[in-house]
Parts: sequence; structure tokens; C-alpha cells
Amino acid sequence: MSILVNKDTKLIVQGITGKEGAFHTEKMVEYGTRVVAGVTPGKGGQTFQSIPVFNTVMEAKKATGANASVIFVPPVFAPDAILEAADAGVDLVVCITEGIPALDMVTVYNSIRGGKTRLVGPNCPGVITPDECKVGIMPGFVHKKGRVGVVSRSGTLTYEAVHQLTELGLGQTTCLGIGGDSIIGTNFIDCLDLFEKDPETEAVVMIGEIGGTAEEEAAEFVKANVSKPVVSFIAGRTAPPGKRMGHAGAIISGGKGTAAEKMKALEAAGIAVCESPAVIGETVKAALGE
Amino acid sequence: MKIHEYQAKAILKKFGVPVPDGEVVTDASQVTAACGKIGGNVFVVKAQIHAGGRGKGGGVKIAGSVDEAVEFTKQMLGMKLVTHQTGPEGKEVKTVLIEQGINISRELYLGIVIDRVSSRPVFMASEAGGMEIEEVAAKTPELILKEQVDPAVGLRPYQARKLAFGLKLTGPQVRKAEKFLLSLFRAFQENDCSLAEINPLVVTAEDDVLALDAKMNFDDSGLFRHPEIAELRDLNEEEPLEIEASKYDLNYIKLDGNVGCMVNGAGLAMATMDLIKLAGGEPANFLDVGGTASVERVSSAFKILISDKKVKAVLINIFGGIVRCDRVAKGIVEALKEVQVDMPVVVRLEGTNAEEARDVLDHSDLKFHVAATLKEAAEMAVKALAN
Repeated sequence: MSILVNKDTKLIVQGITGKEGAFHTEKMVEYGTRVVAGVTPGKGGQTFQSIPVFNTVMEAKKATGANASVIFVPPVFAPDAILEAADAGVDLVVCITEGIPALDMVTVYNSIRGGKTRLVGPNCPGVITPDECKVGIMPGFVHKKGRVGVVSRSGTLTYEAVHQLTELGLGQTTCLGIGGDSIIGTNFIDCLDLFEKDPETEAVVMIGEIGGTAEEEAAEFVKANVSKPVVSFIAGRTAPPGKRMGHAGAIISGGKGTAAEKMKALEAAGIAVCESPAVIGETVKAALGE
Repeated sequence: MKIHEYQAKAILKKFGVPVPDGEVVTDASQVTAACGKIGGNVFVVKAQIHAGGRGKGGGVKIAGSVDEAVEFTKQMLGMKLVTHQTGPEGKEVKTVLIEQGINISRELYLGIVIDRVSSRPVFMASEAGGMEIEEVAAKTPELILKEQVDPAVGLRPYQARKLAFGLKLTGPQVRKAEKFLLSLFRAFQENDCSLAEINPLVVTAEDDVLALDAKMNFDDSGLFRHPEIAELRDLNEEEPLEIEASKYDLNYIKLDGNVGCMVNGAGLAMATMDLIKLAGGEPANFLDVGGTASVERVSSAFKILISDKKVKAVLINIFGGIVRCDRVAKGIVEALKEVQVDMPVVVRLEGTNAEEARDVLDHSDLKFHVAATLKEAAEMAVKALAN
């Protein structure tokens, strides 16, 4: 098993005819993802590499029975794209777009909260269940089907951790990036809950970074609700306060959101916190008693 | 993005938020005319830099006459103002705000931030004006009033009144505070702010409610729709190398260490900095070259890194996903032909075509230290410092 996506996932690509959308659609199809439709307003009726393109998400869903969507549209149009997918009743919406204004995301988040649609991202690499389905921009080949769930606020740092798990033969059940922005749809707790309930996931890697308190909240959740071993790394111990470290959400402000605070909270919850990003794989191995 | 107090007050005024009358001067010769326009005989002279704690550093003074205002302005212009937020080198004062003196009866705190937990804008208010809110939050969190704003309906008048009564405002002050809060929220929302802080918010002896100080930060992602705000960017307040890097669309932040680093992806860049420190070195910067890591980007990044005179070694850490490592390797070799780098360069390339990439590096005429793992890369960079 896995979480969020699997071999039965039928995917819509919003922005399929754009540069990014087109490039990554090819990569997703190559990986084996069932991309059943694309959406580009005004290009309905065309095809992209034999994938039918529709004007609206609603039409695409009706015609293909799609249950997931991935968004590759520019930041100005992305909030609308998320709302359109939610309105069409798509179960899972993964928004890759970076640079959406925070107040736009506040409106979108509060509008879809409590509905049936789960949003992952924005500003994230996406979700992958190895050998089954890749929804996003991560390099498929570093992943390997296995026993560890991976959740992260980052992109390349996640690939790094995944690579270590693959090299050690542990593999992954599902890996997802929840996004580097301050307002995101799915958080650490949501993912930890899903991994806890997934029978094939034996351990979870949680990669956090400076800014906000999501890791502290996750620590509380793990203490009360997670029986599986959780291994964590927090990026940004050397980051100065008041500076945005690339990701919109990675900033220490008012003395809050430091790596030290987060590591302390995670350790207090019994989570194995890695000092170095180079030892994430071996720490998981040890946590599994191997 | 940050702006100056006088700029924030100009925006607030446009949105109907009451602020003291004031004039901006950049030369002491302008002070007399400014005071004439403001009127009265008590003036507040305020140094304009992007840092808090100006009062303690001598950047805010009350003048009892026009002559005194001229004198204070002379002292402030050109001075290096040091506060707890500027670092020991301080910030040069180039602009001064002169304001009317106010009969203050109470000083309160008011702020709006985007709360990441509730994913909504939230007002924070406290009777402890003038104090830093972080300090209040740490010592007496129960004294902070909070009001979340539902983005679908905006700040409602009843919420504004709740805050006003909570701050123990009375009589005509309540209605004025209500208008103040509603206007402030509109300014926050319509300008894509990430923070609006009025500290202190003052109640005057005449029962007026006004913003004695004002800080507004803007969401960088929202600036594209506010060109008038983007123009307020003050390059004097920024690190010159960071300005240079932003021209090439590179995400660079200068630090104090001696190992320069170039990484793809923000999370991996932070993790690489942490690794350098763990290996016993000090990171000189944060630098995310982005997903593509093209020759042009890599060579601009090299130029930025080595113009920091403290840098004694460079560590390149690229995890090739969609981007192929051999391409990145060729980019690095090309860039090093363009840019003279006379210090050790440690390269670690992992991911797509990593083998081919090592081949490219090995067969170039340039001397690279090629590392196989993350840990080894950081150790090699720190070791290279010693030699």
C-alpha cells in the first residue's frame, strides 16, 4: 500500500500545454503515471501526446473519471486553478507552482478547507509512490519501492534523503513534499496520520526547516498518535534570523522558528533527530532495528 | 520587502489610518521649512533606517524648538545608527522624519501577521505599547488579544470593537479605534503585506487614536501587482552582494564564514551550510542556483561567491534530478574558464548522470576536489581551508 497516489490514480495536468507542464507530463507518463487528461482553457479538443486536452477541469473529470490533478500554471493563475479543481470535486490536487502571494493562498485555503479535496503544496515537488505513480517534478529514478514514508518541506533535500534510503535498500512507500510556503494545504500532521495508518509504511522520515511551528506541532502529534519510528532532520541551524532562506516560509522571525527549538521539541517527542543530513538513511535503518 | 517608517505612514494615510503630521528631510537645511509646515513648537526627529530599537540608539529625539530640531537632524544625518537589529556596524542614516509632538495619554501595541497555524491574518493587540511583542508573548502571553480574520468576509466591525474594548478604550476612542483597525486591515490586504505593526499605537489627550510608529513588510510574491511599492525598495539598506545576486535572479544571502557554497534547492542549500558547520567550518553564504544550474547561472554565482573576500574555499553541491549532472559539470568547467577562481573548489554531484559528471570533471584541466558523498564534500572543503 501507499498514501495519496497509487497505480489506480487517474491524473489531470492543469497547464499541460505550458513549458513546465508539457515537460513534466512527459516525465510522469514515462514513469508510468496514468495521465488521462490535460486542461488548458481555450485548447479544449486538442491532444498533447495523445492525451486529450479540455477547456475546464469539470469537463476533463467527467470525460475521464480522473481523481487527481497536478497544477503547472504561473503564480497569478494558480489560485484559480486550485479552486477550479476543488469545484470539480477532484480528490487530490498537487500544486507545484512557486511564488503564489500568501494572501491569495489564505483565501484559497479557507475556501476549500473542510471540503473533499486535499491540496498538497503549493511550491512543492509533488507526491510519488515508487513504481506506481509520480505526480510532480521529482526525479523518478532515485526512488525505490519499499518501507519508509517520506514527508518534507523541501525538494532537492528530499531527493537526497530518498537516495540514501534507496542505496540502503530500504526504499519508500510514498514520498511527498508539502511545500516551502507559509500557507500550505497538507501539513506534517496530515501526512504522519496517513503514514501511521498505512500498513506498509514501517518508519517515517520527516524533513523540516526553519520558520513557523509546523515541526513542533508535528512533534506533539507523534508523541500522542504515532507508534512507528520517526526520523527527522531540520535544515537551517546556521541560518541567520530575519532572512528568508529561499523558501517563502523559511524565515526565523521574532526569535521564533529556529532549528534548535524544533530539534528540541522533536527529541522530546521521542523522534530520532539527525545532526547531519548525510545520516538520514542510516538513522532510519537503526530506528528499524537493523 | 521592508520599507521605511515614513513610507509606511504615507501608505497608511492614503488608507485613512490616522498618523501624526510629518515631513521628510534629507538635509538639515530643509528642517526649518518642514517645521513651519507641521506647526506647533514640539517636534519629534526620527532617523529612518530599516531596523527597530532606534530610540535606544539615539535615532529618535524630541525637540522643544525648531533650532533644536535642526540640531538633532544634523546629528542624525550621516551617523551610523546601531541598534539590536543592525549589528555592530550600524546603518547610515540618510533620511530623517520630522513629526508634530503628540500629547500621549496611552501607548498600545497593534500588529497584523499571517498566522501559519490558522492560515489566516491575525490581529494582535496589547496594552503594553512600545515593548516588543515577542517579549510580551514570552512573559505574559495572556495579555495579548488576538482576532483572526476570515478572508471571505474581511475584518468585521464587531471584531474591531472587541479589540478596542479589550484594549480598555472608552467613549469616542472606541469608534475611532474601530475605524483605525478597519482601515489598517484594508491597507494590509490591498498591499499584500506580510506584516503591519503599529508600535506604539497611541491614544492622545484629545481622545484621538493614531499610529505613532509604523512598520510594514510586504510579501515578495505579491510585489508584481504593486509596482508603486516595489519602487520603495531602498538599496542602501541591503547587502551589496545580495543586490548583485538578485540581478542574476540568484537566491543569495551573505553570512560571515569562509566556505562559500553553491547548491540547487533551498532546503539542500541550508542543509549544506549546516554540514559545513558540522565539519568545523563556517558557511559564507546561502546560495540556491535553482533547478537548471546553467553555465550562465553557475558563472554568475562564482563571481558573487568569490567577491566575498572572506571566502577561502568553495563547495558545490548539486543533486541532479531533472537536471543532468554531466550538464552541470560542463557548466562548472565552462564557468571556471570565464571566472578566475584561485581557491580550492570542492564539487559533489549526485543523481542523474553522476558518473558521467565525474568524468567531465576528471578530464578537465582544472583542479577540482571531487567528493562522493555529502559528508565527504563538507569535510574536504573544511580541510582545504587548512592547506
